[in-house]
Amino acid sequence: MSKFKKGKGKGLPAVSTASLPDIVFMLLFFFMVTTVMREVDLQLKMEQPEATEIDKLENKSLVDYIYIGEPINTQLYGTVPKIQLEDDFATVEEIQSYILEKRAERSEAEQGLVTVSLKVDEETKMGIVTEVKQELRKVQALKINYSTREKLDKNSF
Amino acid sequence: MARKKRELTEINAGSMADIAFLLLVFFLVTTTMDTSWGLARKLPPPLLENQPDPPPIKDRNVFVVLANANDQLLVEGEILEIRDLRAAAKEFIANPQRKDNLPEFKEEDIPLLGKMQVSKQVISLQNDNGTSYKLYIQVQNELAAAYNELRDELASQKFGVSYEQLEEAAKAEAATELDNERVKAIREVYPQRISEAEPKDIGS
Repeated sequence: MSKFKKGKGKGLPAVSTASLPDIVFMLLFFFMVTTVMREVDLQLKMEQPEATEIDKLENKSLVDYIYIGEPINTQLYGTVPKIQLEDDFATVEEIQSYILEKRAERSEAEQGLVTVSLKVDEETKMGIVTEVKQELRKVQALKINYSTREKLDKNSF
Repeated sequence: MARKKRELTEINAGSMADIAFLLLVFFLVTTTMDTSWGLARKLPPPLLENQPDPPPIKDRNVFVVLANANDQLLVEGEILEIRDLRAAAKEFIANPQRKDNLPEFKEEDIPLLGKMQVSKQVISLQNDNGTSYKLYIQVQNELAAAYNELRDELASQKFGVSYEQLEEAAKAEAATELDNERVKAIREVYPQRISEAEPKDIGS
């Protein structure tokens, strides 16, 4: 072997790529663990407002989501803000049955711990939000969370 | 042992990286780093039909915040910019000069802190159906910030740490009874009382 090497001089050996799969696997596992499959197909415009005094929503299995905003497809659905539950548009009246349905799926011990996360577009008027809140009160879903983005500068407006 | 002649060839693992890359790309695309943050609030229970009216609250103990359909604020009868709301709310809640038109105080015995002057403040928030959600969240955020800043001041004065640190300690796995007690004590001095009026359509 050394015979051949002599003739070719001392070239740089190729970088070993043997550890490449390991690195890629590591990244893969990271993403597999952190990934959350997109649960709903959002059909609304969703620019959430910013806030500073916010808490993290822990334990995603104990959260129900209500989306409110202007439809993305304005030609088909118009520009009036709509409510979306799961994948479909809903009316205000349907919220009660949605919450009750979700409640029935959970065990009794968890029922008191459920938070309703309101994901509302910042351009929405409060009228529809207030109606939704009134419906939530009627079914005793009192723990709510106004979903916001995190604002870094506390004192800017 | 008969097989010794034909040696097992190793499976070529060269394509392993490709497969892993493929999976990686899939998860990269589908992943949503969706940590939900938000303002946590508790709605009041529904009104019963023949529920007696709550006892009246003195005007001086109520901080009235009105938001109209043009996203303007009327605070205690005066037009106020959103950036001034926090300072106004802080002044109201703490009433440092014990003014006559700001809330009254009641002496309460609070664990860990002893006798403390607790203000009888209530913040009343009312918005129009035409108010934008953005402004509503800003108002909620500023009011919460006012409470949190006051709690912060008290926490660093009494315990030498910020309120945020206290809360974190109480939430941590290794939280002790004392951590919880401290947060509770601070909250008892400055309880967050934001009351939202029953919705009314006040001209839009």
